[in-house]
Amino acid sequence: MIQKKRSFPIGTFILSILVILGLAVMIIRYINGLGAISNLSDGRAWGLWISFDLYCGVALAAGGFTLAGAVHIFNLKKYHSVVRPAVLTAFLGYTLVILALLVDLGQPWYIWHAIIYWNIHSPLFEVAVCVMSYTVVLALEFSPAVFESLSKSNLPVVRHIDWHVPWHVIRAIQIPLVIAGVVLSTLHQSSLGSMLLMMPGTLDALWYTPILPILFLTSAIAVGPAMVIFESTLSTKIFGHKLDIDVLSGLARAIPYILGIYMLLKFIELTAVGEIGLIFSAYPYYLLWWGEIVIGVIIPIILFSLPDVRQNRNAVFWSSVLVIVGLVLNRFNVSMLALGMRPGYIYFPHWMEFAISVGLVADALLVIWLAYRFLPIIEHEEIIWVKIQ
Amino acid sequence: MTIAVLYDANRCIGCRGCQVACKQWNENDEVIPVEENGVQSKNWGSYENPPQLSARTWTKIRFTELEYNSKFHWVFTKLQCMHCEHPACVAACPVGALQKTAEGPVLYDDNKCFGCRYCMIACPFGIPTFEWDKPLPWIRKCTFCADRLSEGWEPACVKICPTDALELGEREELIAEARERIAASPEKYINHIYGEKEVGGTSWLYLSPVPFEKLGLPTLGSESVTVDVERAMGAVPPVLFGVAAVMSGVYWFIKRRDRISRERATEKEKEEVTK
Repeated sequence: MIQKKRSFPIGTFILSILVILGLAVMIIRYINGLGAISNLSDGRAWGLWISFDLYCGVALAAGGFTLAGAVHIFNLKKYHSVVRPAVLTAFLGYTLVILALLVDLGQPWYIWHAIIYWNIHSPLFEVAVCVMSYTVVLALEFSPAVFESLSKSNLPVVRHIDWHVPWHVIRAIQIPLVIAGVVLSTLHQSSLGSMLLMMPGTLDALWYTPILPILFLTSAIAVGPAMVIFESTLSTKIFGHKLDIDVLSGLARAIPYILGIYMLLKFIELTAVGEIGLIFSAYPYYLLWWGEIVIGVIIPIILFSLPDVRQNRNAVFWSSVLVIVGLVLNRFNVSMLALGMRPGYIYFPHWMEFAISVGLVADALLVIWLAYRFLPIIEHEEIIWVKIQ
Repeated sequence: MTIAVLYDANRCIGCRGCQVACKQWNENDEVIPVEENGVQSKNWGSYENPPQLSARTWTKIRFTELEYNSKFHWVFTKLQCMHCEHPACVAACPVGALQKTAEGPVLYDDNKCFGCRYCMIACPFGIPTFEWDKPLPWIRKCTFCADRLSEGWEPACVKICPTDALELGEREELIAEARERIAASPEKYINHIYGEKEVGGTSWLYLSPVPFEKLGLPTLGSESVTVDVERAMGAVPPVLFGVAAVMSGVYWFIKRRDRISRERATEKEKEEVTK
């Protein structure tokens, strides 16, 4: 089966080291408690893991539902080739969120309590239920790729199984799955914003607004295509499957509209409640606010509106990076930097907190690397088994 | 018909008997620990100790030094769970581990909690604490001594208080009594019962000679902090069915449009063939 001897790539070596370091820190956490590996305290009970792994992780995985919806519901066939990578990275993103929660939760072995003890008034309950079900939906959406690969495999037991059967089952329920994915994503992307509505006194007025759930959903939809551009450009560089520039510029064209709506909502809301003056007066918070608006919204709107930019792979890539950086800054602002602490406490993440988050990202990158090597991700024949029958 | 406790800062002498009684009854280190959550206790220029509430310190007296009526004063504030009427922690908890009981106490259930700590973030008073140094950590906070109340006893802190700065009773009656105290000596009290209206009312009520923000208590509106969340969560069912319906509709419509245009194309082809 192996035709060429591959040298062990240095990239995977570094990733493996990071994964092992993360695992080591996890072991310390389960023996000595959260205090031993984090600078979290009663004054700052949520830190890097919630801001980065949960808030950024879920938003950055939005490419899965936006692209699956665009292709399978709105029938924009042009983007078919990027759905599978988008669904894969979304699935890995959500797995990463759950793994991070297994570190962050005080009693992770009781995570299933969310299934049996319901508090339907809690936005976090909704997030928990949606994240769990959506991870299953994403796994099912991606499973045809695995079945296709298994059917070609020569492994002893595997080759005797008729993989066409599950493949056809998933195909038959594909549209309901995609619709379920869009519904679940709409609900939990916005509910992550609703969670912050519990803190009218703690979250800075520049960010606190009853329409936070809508802002969260809109910014997640905007970052979806940006993440797909980002990932497919990188996979082009590493694995060499060149994506049509037409696909990239098509995705790029959609972003300014969504970001435009997002920006309008933000400004109109601040004006409506008479707090627009804060964007010039609330030092130092207005620096953070303008940071996310200028980097992640205003500059990308201008850049993506220029046809020359949309036709240039590098320009499209770097403009998408701006959207992503802006979103990350926004999620950090609302869940950490602009969220007040109890008096008398300070917080900066412990290096072991970084080790956990970095280790989890390395995990996901390793799995993506393996998937691109062994599974039909980019160049898959859409109707191979339909032809057989 | 809920119970409440009235704390009168003018009666409190800062003896911290309540702190000790709380630790003894709840078996939270009967002495003040030298080290808590990895932080070494040290003299920081005050008799106030420990510096913060923690998983082993569910109540403490805060010492505030200030000047009013052109005299130096030491004003004391007892900190513990306020047992809100509309608690943010109860609305926040995804698994319903926190519940507001009909009698008044907000109680926490170890058997449901999975340690997400949303209650700690949500609490407008910054009360729930976490066992950071344990591999099996739980949330900890004042229980209103619900176990004592069920026996008909007063909470440990109320029982021990030597100056009647703490008084247990019916919430409405205590509010009436607080009003009487303010009316009887308006020069000793500001005309504000902290907790009567704050975040929709709390089961702990405070009287003070100075405005409460000077004691470090958060300035809060009379609206419950859960109002916006309740509105957002109320939108969940319509959004769920609405988005599902719209997506199905769009799918059906676009599929139909494509089929019709395909049929037109084949018809045209046929026409051209017959021609």
